[in-house]
Amino acid sequence: MCLAVPAKVLELRDNQMALVDLNGTQREISLMVLDGEAAVGDFVLIHVGYAIEVIDEEEAERTLKMFEELGTLDEEDAGELSAIL
Amino acid sequence: MSIISSFRESSRAKPIIDRIHQRDTGPVSIMEFCGGHTVAIFRSGIRTVMPVHVQMISGPGCPVCVTSNGDLDRAVALAKTPGVILATYGDMLKVPGSEESLMQVKAQGYAVEIVYSTLDALALAEAHPDREIVFFAIGFETTSPAAAAAVLQARDRGLQNFSICSVMKLTIPGARALLSMGEVKVDAVIGPGHVSSIIGSDAWRFLPEEYGIPVAISGFETLDLLAATDALLRMIEAKQPDLVNTYSRIVKPGGNRKAWGAVQQVFELRAASWRGFGEIPESGLALREEFAAYDADRRFDIRVAPAPEHPACRCGEVLRGVALPPDCKVFGTACTPEHPLGPCMVSSEGSCAAYYHYQRQQR
Repeated sequence: MCLAVPAKVLELRDNQMALVDLNGTQREISLMVLDGEAAVGDFVLIHVGYAIEVIDEEEAERTLKMFEELGTLDEEDAGELSAIL
Repeated sequence: MSIISSFRESSRAKPIIDRIHQRDTGPVSIMEFCGGHTVAIFRSGIRTVMPVHVQMISGPGCPVCVTSNGDLDRAVALAKTPGVILATYGDMLKVPGSEESLMQVKAQGYAVEIVYSTLDALALAEAHPDREIVFFAIGFETTSPAAAAAVLQARDRGLQNFSICSVMKLTIPGARALLSMGEVKVDAVIGPGHVSSIIGSDAWRFLPEEYGIPVAISGFETLDLLAATDALLRMIEAKQPDLVNTYSRIVKPGGNRKAWGAVQQVFELRAASWRGFGEIPESGLALREEFAAYDADRRFDIRVAPAPEHPACRCGEVLRGVALPPDCKVFGTACTPEHPLGPCMVSSEGSCAAYYHYQRQQR
């Protein structure tokens, strides 16, 4: 029910609407409850026709790097790392 | 999007699984409060790679499943009201009320429309000015902004024939109710990712602070769930319950203030009836007086008799985490996804459906 899917913003339209690419399908969605601005090219998370977040790609990269390091570092360092995840 | 697929690479999972096996915790029960997590945990096979002392259990995280028979009967009665088109998300259609489901009502010729979004429900209202469009709104915090946005748009557009029947609920009062009952041992919680995107990760701080239970907010990819599980075991091992957010690419500490602000503008808290729990105070969303014109409960005088649940169905206990689906004697026999007796078998996110589809292959 709380399923939300990432989509790429293709075009900003009137009335806080946007055209997005959702896994190869084009759809019109609402930006009405999005906190902040979405730009063409951004990835947004869509839930029941509304964008609810812009996906923070830098944060995603950082998280991935931490997941990776979690498995390889010694106990103490990993503890520190996962503490800030 | 490579950044999404990166969270699914199995080569990245192995080191985290190894670490999980090294954690020295003793027997632990980890509960999730999200139907999306229930499905993701089964589908990814995570349960099969956990150490035997780590048990993954599901809480009341499926909004379809926790909807009471009384509320379902209200939707059925609304759909049968002359002039009404009842619009709702597809998840609701097959759920049996005390006598029939919305699907059966639709088959009798009543107007029940499946919508993907409240935007579609508004479009129905504009296309059918001579009909009353009632949106039957279920869902948790994630889904509530879409309902709030619909009411605000209906007001802005001057739509007179659109209203909402809200049975929307909040996860945190549900979680508190479950923990306060003390029926089930919960050592750690995987926090719902998309609910938290709306209300913020900080909303879950009460778990470590009041209950001494560590919580890790997680996304829905295999790596997210493994990393969250590892973070929980680390906190248990260190005896330092805290809040960790492994889904920071989406979830901010304060959440989506615009979306949650819209919900608070349109709705207020009221008691709600949860399957398996009964009435939980301040756990439901009702339209505020200011938006009474868009409230189906005020527009239509719908009264339904108290609705018993199917005597053999143990959905309520499954939702409270005290019974597993195979503990129910009708599971997989009289109750299957094709012929469900309770909502936990209907919803794709229900524990019974997840067990039915995945567990039989995995164990």
